[in-house]
Amino acid sequence: MKASNGFWREALIGRMPGYLAKELDIFENEIALKKQGKIDDKVFAETRLRRGAYGQRYDNGERHDGRVKRKLAYPAASLTKGPNTLWDAPGMQRIKIPFGGLNAEQLETLAELAEEYSDGIAHLTTRQDVQLHFVHIEDVPTLQRRLAAVNITTREACGNTVRNVTACPYAGVCMGESFDVTPYAKATAYFLLGHPDTQNFGRKFKIAFSGCRENACGLTRIHDIGLIAVTRQFSGRTQRGFEMYGGGGLGTVPYQAKLMEEFITEEELLPLCQAMGRVFARLGEKKNRNTARMKFLVAKLGLEEFKRLVALERASLPHDERWTSYLQDVERYEEKALKPPSLLQIRPSAPAGFEEWRKTNVAPQRQPGYVTAMVTLPLGDITAAQLRKVADVCRKYVKETIRITVEQNLLMRWVSEADLPALFAELEDAGLGQPGAGTIADVTACPGTDTCKLGISSSRGLAGELGRHFMKENGSVDEAVRGLRIKISGCFNSCGQHHIADLGFYGVSRNKNGYAVPHFQVILGGQWTENGGAYGLAIGAVPSKRIPDAVNRITSRYVAERQANESFQDFVRRIGKAECKKMLDDLTRVPPHDADPSFYTDWADAREYTLGDMGVGECAGEVVSPIEFALTACEREVFEAQLHLDGGEFEAAARTACESMLDAAAALLDWKMLPHEKLPGSIVEQFRKQFYDTQIFFDPFGGGKFAQYFFAAQENVSARHDADTAHRLVDEAQLFLEACHSCYGRMMAQPVAV
Amino acid sequence: MTAEMAGRVQVQHVNVKIFAEDTAGVDLAEAIPVFHRWIQESVCEELLIDVADYRHVPAGPGVLLVGHEANYSLDLSEWRLGLLYNRKAATDDNPRENLTQAFRAALTACQRLEQEPEFRGKLKFNAAEYEVILNDRLLAPNTEATWQALKADFENFFSSLYGVGYTLDRPGDPRERFRVVVKASGAVDALTLLQALDRGGRSAALFGHSLSRVSQRS
Repeated sequence: MKASNGFWREALIGRMPGYLAKELDIFENEIALKKQGKIDDKVFAETRLRRGAYGQRYDNGERHDGRVKRKLAYPAASLTKGPNTLWDAPGMQRIKIPFGGLNAEQLETLAELAEEYSDGIAHLTTRQDVQLHFVHIEDVPTLQRRLAAVNITTREACGNTVRNVTACPYAGVCMGESFDVTPYAKATAYFLLGHPDTQNFGRKFKIAFSGCRENACGLTRIHDIGLIAVTRQFSGRTQRGFEMYGGGGLGTVPYQAKLMEEFITEEELLPLCQAMGRVFARLGEKKNRNTARMKFLVAKLGLEEFKRLVALERASLPHDERWTSYLQDVERYEEKALKPPSLLQIRPSAPAGFEEWRKTNVAPQRQPGYVTAMVTLPLGDITAAQLRKVADVCRKYVKETIRITVEQNLLMRWVSEADLPALFAELEDAGLGQPGAGTIADVTACPGTDTCKLGISSSRGLAGELGRHFMKENGSVDEAVRGLRIKISGCFNSCGQHHIADLGFYGVSRNKNGYAVPHFQVILGGQWTENGGAYGLAIGAVPSKRIPDAVNRITSRYVAERQANESFQDFVRRIGKAECKKMLDDLTRVPPHDADPSFYTDWADAREYTLGDMGVGECAGEVVSPIEFALTACEREVFEAQLHLDGGEFEAAARTACESMLDAAAALLDWKMLPHEKLPGSIVEQFRKQFYDTQIFFDPFGGGKFAQYFFAAQENVSARHDADTAHRLVDEAQLFLEACHSCYGRMMAQPVAV
Repeated sequence: MTAEMAGRVQVQHVNVKIFAEDTAGVDLAEAIPVFHRWIQESVCEELLIDVADYRHVPAGPGVLLVGHEANYSLDLSEWRLGLLYNRKAATDDNPRENLTQAFRAALTACQRLEQEPEFRGKLKFNAAEYEVILNDRLLAPNTEATWQALKADFENFFSSLYGVGYTLDRPGDPRERFRVVVKASGAVDALTLLQALDRGGRSAALFGHSLSRVSQRS
C-alpha cells in the first residue's frame, strides 16, 4: 500500500542485524509468491503469524453494517493471505517487547510506524507487547525492517511458539524483590527465540518472571512457565535461583501453574526451560488445538510424571555454552540513573493535579532519592505524538529506558524525586498526566469486537465507559473500592485477564425475543496479587448496558457491609455467590426492543448488535422461544454447580455441571424437534450426529471444542473429582452453555447480502 | 536522507486536517452513529470498513472511520478538533492531482458532517486554516530539502485556491512527518473552498492581494 515500500530495504542496509535482514528478504519473497498463487493458504498464514502479522475482524470480507451483512469489495478481490482471509483486509501487527523494555529510539520508531502504517495509535497489551492495527499485509516487511533497524524483532510474536517473555516492570528497583530478573528474562527470550526445540509446539508457550511472590506485576501463576526470584544460603554465600511453576494459563478454562521446583539455580534456568519445551513438543497435543496448551499435558500426565519427564530430558541435553555465558554479566547488570538522587520539595507552585497524580502514579524505589512514575494509558492506547513525548522525557529525566506493564501502562524508573513536578507538567501537556494508575479507574481490556475476530461483546467500549465513570467520580470513590481491579475480555479467551480481577467480565450474547443482546458474564473473587493467585467464578450474565449499574451496586454494597479490613475477595466469599447473584437479578432483565433499543446495541457502536456479526434473527418477534427458557434453566444448574463447588462439595458440583450440559444439549435437540430418548446416551448420540458431525455447533473460531467438553464430561461421568477437576468441569459447563446460546443465535441469523 | 533519496521526493499519502471552529457544543460520541451511517450508505467512492472509538485517548484520533483507500476522523491531535483525511493508498506521482484529491475528499467530508442531523448548527469547519501532512518519511522527510523540492507544487496549488492571500508554515521537528500549516487571510467555509477547488485554476483564487509567505518553525 505504501508508495515507499520498494525503497526501504535499500535505505536500511547496514542498519539491520544481518540475520533479521535476511529473514525479512525471505518474508518479502514469500509475499510475492503468495500473490502469484505459489504458496498454499495455510502455509502462508502460519508464515505471517510467526512474524506477528495477524488477521483482524472482518478480514473474511464480510461485515454486518447494522442493517444487513455485506461483502467488503476490496480491490484484490479474492486474493487471500490465509484460509478465508482476504489479502487487502486490514490486519494487526504484534510486536513482542521482551520484559516490556523499550528505549527512546524504539519509542520514536514505534511512533513513526503507528502514523505511517496504522491508525496513529500504538496499543500496549497485557503481555507487554505493542500492537498496531489496520495494517496492510504488503506494508508488513517494511514495517518489520524499520523495527529491525532499532533491534526489535516480531519473530514468534504469534503462532505455536514461545511468545513474548514477560517480567515485572519494577525489576531492579522494587522494594520487595529478591533480585533483578531483567537479565534472566532477556537471556531466556533470546535463547529460545528461533531455537530448534521450540519450533514444533502444538500451541503457544508463555513464560513470565517475577521478583517476588506477593505482588501481581509478573503474573507468573497464569503462565506455562512462571519463574519467581528466590535466594538461598549455600556454602556460605547467597545463591540466586528461581521457584519454577509450570502448566498455568488462562484461556477458556483457566489453570493455575503448579510449583514444579522450589529452587532451581540460575545455571539451570535455560536448560530446564529448554527441557520443558522439548517435553511439550514431543508429548503435547498437536491435532486438537483446543487441548494443546502445556497446561493440558501437565494435567493429563500429572505433575510428578511431568516433572520426571522434564528431568530425564534435561539429563539428556547436550551442553550449550549459552546456558551460562550470560551469567558473568548478570550480577553487574543494573540500570543506571541519569540524575543524582534528590528529595521532592512540595511547593505551592506545583502544577494543578500533581498531588492527585503523585498519590496514585508514583512509588518509591529501593534506591533512596529515586521513584518510579507510571504513565497511565487508557485502554493501553498511546498516540504517535505521545510516544515521541515519552521518548523526550525518557532522555531528559531518566537514562532513555521505560517498561510496558501488564496493566497496559508505561513505567518510568530512576526518576530523581525532585524532578517529579516538572515531569508531570510535561506529561500533562501531552495528555499523559492522567492519575489513577492501578486503581479501579485503570481498567484493563482486550481489543474485543473493535478489532478481534473472536470478540463477542465490546470490551473496550465497556472499559472506556467504566474508565470515564470512575475518573469523573474519582474524588468520591471510597478508599476500599479505589484499589480494586476491573478487567474485561471480549470473549471467553481471557486476553483481558478477567479471571484474576476483583471484578472481571467476559463477553457473551443472549437471544431475547428474537434479538441478539450483548451481555457480559460477571466474574467475582479473582485475585490479582500473589502473581494472579486465584481465579474467580461466573455469577451470571448481565446485559452490557447494565454493567456500570452492576459495578456500582457490587462496590456500594462492599463499602456498606464490609467488615474491618475485609478484602473484596473475603467479602464475596462471606456473602456467597448466591447472594451476589441475587444482588444482580433485576439487572439481568432486558426491556423489549421497542421500549429501549439501546440494550440491543453495544458500547461505542451504533449498529444493532448481531451475534458473531451474523445478523439479526429472522424470526424477530416478541414470542419467547422455549429454548430460551430451557437454556436459562441450564444456567441456573451451572450456578448451582458453582455453589456446590464453593461449599467444598466437589462430587455434587461435577454431577450438576454434567447434568446442565446434558440438559443444554437436549434443549437444542428439542428446539430443532430432533427425536431422542430422555436418556444421556441417546442425547449424546443424537447431539453428536445432528450438531457435531454436521459442524453446525462449531464455533467459527473455536471449532468443536465446546462440544468436546460435553462429550468428555459424559464419558467420564463416574470419575472422582477434587477441587481442581470439579472447578474445571464447572467452567467447561459454563462454556458449553455459552456455545449452545451461540449456536442457537447463529441458526437464527439471517443470510449474507451481497 | 541521501541526495539519491532526495530525488525520490513525492507527494504521496496526503493528509489534510481542516479545523473546526467553536467546538463547545460538539459531542464526539455523535460521530459514531454518523460514521456508521456513512458505511451503510456508502457515501463515497472509497471502501469504508469500520468505526474506531478513540475518545478515551487525550489529544488522540477521536472517532475514526476506517477505510481501505483512506481514513476519515474527527481528530483531536494537538488538542484541536478537526476533520482529518488520511490517504492510505498510493497513487501516481502527481502532486497537484494528489493534493486536489485529498482536499476534495476532506472538504466534502466537512460539508457532509456539517449537514448531519447530529452536528447541524453545532459543528462548523473553517477552511481558512488547515494542515497538510505527507505521511511517508522516506518519500517526504521533514527537511528543508524536501520543502525545496515541493515548494513550487505547494505554492501553485494554494495560489490556485487563494491567490496570494495565504501563508505557509512548516514546523521543523525532523522526527515528525512533513507538515505544512496553511492559513488564508480571511475566513472561508468548506463549501466555498470546495467550489473553488472544483472550478480549479487561478481564476478561482479567493484572496487576491496579500503576499504569500513561507516560514519554518523548529
